[in-house]
Amino acid sequence: MALDTTTPTATSPEGSPRSVSGFLYRHPRVRLAGLLTAPMFWLVVLYLGSLAIMVLASFWSTDSFTGSLIKNPTLENYQTLFRGQVYWVIAARTVGIALAVTVIDMVLAVPLAFMAAKVVRSRRIRYAIVIAVTMPLWAGYLVKGYAMQTMFINNGVIDWILEPLGLKGPGLGLAAVVFSLAYLWLPYMVLPVYAGLERLPDSLLEASADLGASAGHTFRSVVLPMIVPSLIAGSIFTFSLTLGDYIMVKIVGGTTQMWANVIYDNVGVANNLPLAAAAALFPITVVVLYLLAVRRTGALENL
Amino acid sequence: MHTTRLLKTAATGITVVLLAAACGSSSSSTPSGSAGTTERPAPPAGAAAASVGAGEGELNIVAWAGYAENGSTDKTVDWVTQFTKDSGCKVNVKIGNTSDEMVTLMKTGQYDGVSASGDATLRLVYGGDVAPVNTDLVPNYKTVSDFLKLKPWNSVNGTAYGIPHGWGANVLAYNTAVVKPAPTSWGAVFDANSPYKGKITAYDSPIYIADAALYLSKTKPELKITNPYALDDTQFQAAVDLLKVQRPLISKYWAAYTDQVNSFGAQESVLGTAWQINANLINGEKKVAVESFVPSEGSTGWSDTWMIASKAAHPNCMYKWMDYIISPKVNAQVAEWFGEAPAQTLACKETSDKAFCDGFHALDATYANSISYWTTPTKNCLDGRGDICKDYAAWTQAWTEIKG
Amino acid sequence: MTISRRARWILGLISAAVLVFIYFPLVVVVVNSFNASKVFSWPPTSFTTEWWTKAATNDGVRAAILTSVKAASGATIIALLLGSMIAFAVSRYRFFGREPLSFVVILPIALPGIVTGIALNSSFNTVLVPLGISFGLFTVILGHATFCIVVVFNNLLARLRRTGTSFEEAAMDLGAGPFQTFRDVTFPAVRSALVAGALLAFALSFDEIVVTTFTSGPGIETLPQWIFNNLFRPNQGPIINAVAAAVLVAFIAPVYLAMRMSDGPGRVTQVGAEP
Repeated sequence: MALDTTTPTATSPEGSPRSVSGFLYRHPRVRLAGLLTAPMFWLVVLYLGSLAIMVLASFWSTDSFTGSLIKNPTLENYQTLFRGQVYWVIAARTVGIALAVTVIDMVLAVPLAFMAAKVVRSRRIRYAIVIAVTMPLWAGYLVKGYAMQTMFINNGVIDWILEPLGLKGPGLGLAAVVFSLAYLWLPYMVLPVYAGLERLPDSLLEASADLGASAGHTFRSVVLPMIVPSLIAGSIFTFSLTLGDYIMVKIVGGTTQMWANVIYDNVGVANNLPLAAAAALFPITVVVLYLLAVRRTGALENL
Repeated sequence: MHTTRLLKTAATGITVVLLAAACGSSSSSTPSGSAGTTERPAPPAGAAAASVGAGEGELNIVAWAGYAENGSTDKTVDWVTQFTKDSGCKVNVKIGNTSDEMVTLMKTGQYDGVSASGDATLRLVYGGDVAPVNTDLVPNYKTVSDFLKLKPWNSVNGTAYGIPHGWGANVLAYNTAVVKPAPTSWGAVFDANSPYKGKITAYDSPIYIADAALYLSKTKPELKITNPYALDDTQFQAAVDLLKVQRPLISKYWAAYTDQVNSFGAQESVLGTAWQINANLINGEKKVAVESFVPSEGSTGWSDTWMIASKAAHPNCMYKWMDYIISPKVNAQVAEWFGEAPAQTLACKETSDKAFCDGFHALDATYANSISYWTTPTKNCLDGRGDICKDYAAWTQAWTEIKG
Repeated sequence: MTISRRARWILGLISAAVLVFIYFPLVVVVVNSFNASKVFSWPPTSFTTEWWTKAATNDGVRAAILTSVKAASGATIIALLLGSMIAFAVSRYRFFGREPLSFVVILPIALPGIVTGIALNSSFNTVLVPLGISFGLFTVILGHATFCIVVVFNNLLARLRRTGTSFEEAAMDLGAGPFQTFRDVTFPAVRSALVAGALLAFALSFDEIVVTTFTSGPGIETLPQWIFNNLFRPNQGPIINAVAAAVLVAFIAPVYLAMRMSDGPGRVTQVGAEP
């Protein structure tokens, strides 16, 4: 923006507001400071500060009997997590679930988003599709969770549907967790992909067809590369939401444990904040590294 | 928000004055006949109230599901509304699904009281989260069963820290149509070759390790387990190994009681540890029939105590609640709804089922003392062997490992 | 775009299948809201409208909805203010720390809710409680606003990048001061982005359970908390299905409006501008 320091010399009857406007116009830094003070305070002091306190707490310990915090620095929480084989198993399982959920959501989201953004001509139908995809977000996480339980539980809806075919559903467990999480996060994948496809100029697709590419070829070589940032943006959500989920797995997972259960069981239940904080470092590290890695692709602007 | 804060400050002020005035006045008599309690370290200083004033208008409590019913679970099951009418205290109930959750909730300082089981009580006492109770201010305490007064889990060095509520055993429940022949032993849930593999449930808390230890104390006497909550390395490892054997048999580790009710209703589970109230609710739906009993090896169980928070914002309401909940009629209602033995001896005359107390051995001190009540495991062995036992932190970590 | 009929059909079929997949569980919710059995049972053997009547007259639900609306409104307002400030600062100025700031804004929503929840909980305990501010609606709003900021920020930033500064500069050249420029030129151009952001922020806050669990206090019950507490009570469980179905239907209109508003003017200014 042009930082023109010559002020307009027009005189006007507005008086005081005019001089404030003028002042602000001449001093962009004051404008900037005014804009940034509150948000910076909120984000840096409140949010980052809280995270810092939590990281600090991961080096403390608790008295196992009374539950009070012992503020002497120690690495014992990290030792517990690194040495216990079960923690590696749970971490691997959680990352595996996150990957599966992400892939499933990508596969489901792209055709639907493409249909809505590029194929459907009528604006009304396009809106209808996007609304149809977004509406479930309003149904409530817990409600959908228990609907999933009704579906997967023994003699539930899925068993009921498969019965005439002589098959049985997978029941509550790992498969149900993957399916349910994929179901829950699907809108978060569809929306960025839809937005990305919308921005894709039709002319590119026409050109590709003119040059003789089949629909599949066009899709693979033109569309897919262009929506990679959107896919990554969606994957940030599916990954981070899965890494942090401890409720869904309790509802449909049977006896399965995910990493967030380790966090929650230690802070919400066992009152061992330091161990929970240490455990929390795992998803934080994964997400932050992932965010830093994808910054270049421009995915962060598509969230 | 301003008015609430004003009221809170006023209430705190009154409490401070009361506590200051009550300085040094601890409660009742010397322990009578309580089994060999060694002198314990002193808990953080706290004084019991000297008198109960007018209600503060509100009460925030943490309770087990089924302990503070206000008609929302079942229209006919309601004793909270009457309390609010009598005392003017509006009751907000936060349900804790496990003792661990309750300790965490009490540590936030946002609640006035809690119905704590034995594996939470001492943690709360030593954590400074609860204050001693002046039992003289609770008239109905006089007629509470003697074998519940001033016990190791609800008192320290002769000072009472709570009002006994009720007690019971963790029962073994099974689907009568599916599980044949009827089981008689806890071995049914630990059998690696069980025909009900994948349909057995267990309670989702580290304290469940004691159930395995109890079973081992009867089936593997060479381990010399005398107290399922006092386990040294060998004994603890044996219990953990047994639970790992059990792991593939489990359909669900339940904590929220309706989870178990739904699980049995869907026949996702047909056998496992339960509370009497769960069995009653399942049978009430008339879709699946379950039978419940205490197997031959005996059971773990709970003996619950109402405790008052050390920084309670509404202490008068809490004292009124504690007196109300152990009054004969109300204690009878709670006991029958939940399926446990009432602490109040006079409640036995008030139950709708006249044989209720007999069925639950409510007045039988010998039976009461045979249950292995939930207690917090500590490094210092509860059976007196010294500092060789596993503490609760070890139990918690093992529990994560067992669930895998 | 010209694609073969066959491709169009396949695409249509897949899309329809996905939509069915999305709505099937919701249909289950609606059907269950009429299921006469209190505990789980499928298929429903008898039906009743009892749960709907109970839901309509239940005090707890109404109080919870009101609390949720209050919390979401508070969070949305704060998010609008702070999100707009950051968006304007980042798009219009170059300053030290601009990149890191854009990164930090995203963290509250990128990091798992439980992490944000625990972190905020321990700092509220350390800082606010000693000052006498106890956990309650205020802390819930603080928690929600933190992750709602990014939603407004992203929407607004995208729009500001698209609209460019030429109109504003023209206005200034014609003699308008910063306030007037904002009011007459900038604001109308970004209004729909703000609405879209606000609606999404409201939705996120309304349905949030994890951060709420850690930042709430006794006596405060948002709708998700009410659902969470009552899913565990035998007689209340089925009512939740009715409540959920009602909320779902109630929000169709606002979401449609938001879509219309976010798409409208945006398309006009998109002509000629790069994505």
